[in-house]
Amino acid sequence: MSNGLSDSSVGRKVLMALSGFFLLFFLMQHFVINLFSVISADLFNEISHFMGTNGLIQFVLQPILIFGFLFHLAMGMYLERKNSAARPIKYAMDKPSENSNWMSRNMLITGIMVMLFLALHFYDFWFPEIKTKFIDGDWSGLHNGEFRYWEELHHKFQDIIRVSIYCVAFIFLALHLSHGFQSAFQSVGFNHNKYTPIIKKLGTLYAIIIPFGFIFIALFHYFTQN
Amino acid sequence: MDLTLKVWRQKNREEKGRLETYKVTGISEHASFLEMLDIMNEQLIKEGTEPVAFDHDCREGICGTCSLYINGEAHGPDRKVTTCQLHMRMFKDGETIYIEPWRSAAMPVIKDLIVDRSSFDRIQQSGGFVSVNTSGNTQDANALPIPKMNADKAFDAAACIGCGACVATCKNSSAMLFVAAKVSQFAYLPQGKVEAKQRVLNMVEQMDIEGFGNCTNTGACEVECPKSISIEYIAKMNREFLSASCSSES
Repeated sequence: MSNGLSDSSVGRKVLMALSGFFLLFFLMQHFVINLFSVISADLFNEISHFMGTNGLIQFVLQPILIFGFLFHLAMGMYLERKNSAARPIKYAMDKPSENSNWMSRNMLITGIMVMLFLALHFYDFWFPEIKTKFIDGDWSGLHNGEFRYWEELHHKFQDIIRVSIYCVAFIFLALHLSHGFQSAFQSVGFNHNKYTPIIKKLGTLYAIIIPFGFIFIALFHYFTQN
Repeated sequence: MDLTLKVWRQKNREEKGRLETYKVTGISEHASFLEMLDIMNEQLIKEGTEPVAFDHDCREGICGTCSLYINGEAHGPDRKVTTCQLHMRMFKDGETIYIEPWRSAAMPVIKDLIVDRSSFDRIQQSGGFVSVNTSGNTQDANALPIPKMNADKAFDAAACIGCGACVATCKNSSAMLFVAAKVSQFAYLPQGKVEAKQRVLNMVEQMDIEGFGNCTNTGACEVECPKSISIEYIAKMNREFLSASCSSES
């Protein structure tokens, strides 16, 4: 008479939280690496070349990341469908803002906005990278004898429309993270009188530092060439 | 106070239902919300209209029978109260008040403002109890040493009156706060530990069968709960469930 983890409501939210933790960790390392593009072009090139050519990262971690992202997305959609079915008739008058914040109620909207942004992000960076390495077979990371990574990144951010889309997307990401971070801890059963308030503060910090840090990086590249 | 009421009317489970508008006049601000509904019903009877059916019993905030989604909030705009403890001073003269039943697929409307909450009963029956031998040799509960903190936590969880406000207010119609309170109430006590694993697995399974939604940690339930049950109990249930899922032998 017992549910498996993946076919019970509690189990599914635990899995949602675990994939969320994984994505939080990924996002942090992505941010730290990108931050090097502001500090030193050479260092950024070195790290990017390592990340882009290391077998473990390319053939093990990258597929896990793609799976983790798709799982988080698919599970989010699935849960939303079930949740919507749990209340077929809506209230004529409802005041949800009296007892919960907008971010916690709209994770699907903020999540979909981030996903739409990722389509552009993949078009900008990931697909060209895949083409260069796997179709053209060029793993050198060089263009005209020099590392191409920093130049490619810098060049992308000369367009104000692209920079604006990135900035708006990061605001949606911040909204998503501001609930997601602390919510993931609650979902795996971590709730403590002393530590939960600290986790909530850390979540707010994370949701500000990472997305607005990305905005800073995008604006840095835009303003240093315009 | 003179009020305009928009009240949900529905003949039975099958009928679609609609909001009807009624005017009530001369309501005292000291009247409880249910007393105001009594006055409205007397008025409807005098007019030859069928009175509005609504749930109520103890009228002192302990039975959990009165429900009602009032002006967009479970049990109305006041906090830590049931509808019978809600007073008309929380409203303004001339105000329009929306009165709707709990909305959840797992708690269908039976008539007007009354919903069928037997899904909660079935969840309780699936594990919300302690099996004891009642042959006369039952051990005195006080003979078992229980840490004060655990006793307090169990007591706070046991304060749940099963009114369903958590389900009604949750955007996902999730029953996790109710189930978490019932699971935790026993999990903190030595008498409940014996069946703890099977209890949480069975109660969560029954909750899912009933068609309640999934928790997304908005925290709305603990705000609207008339007994202030904290969502820390949901985390407790999650821990209990995870541990039982990994170690239960059945």
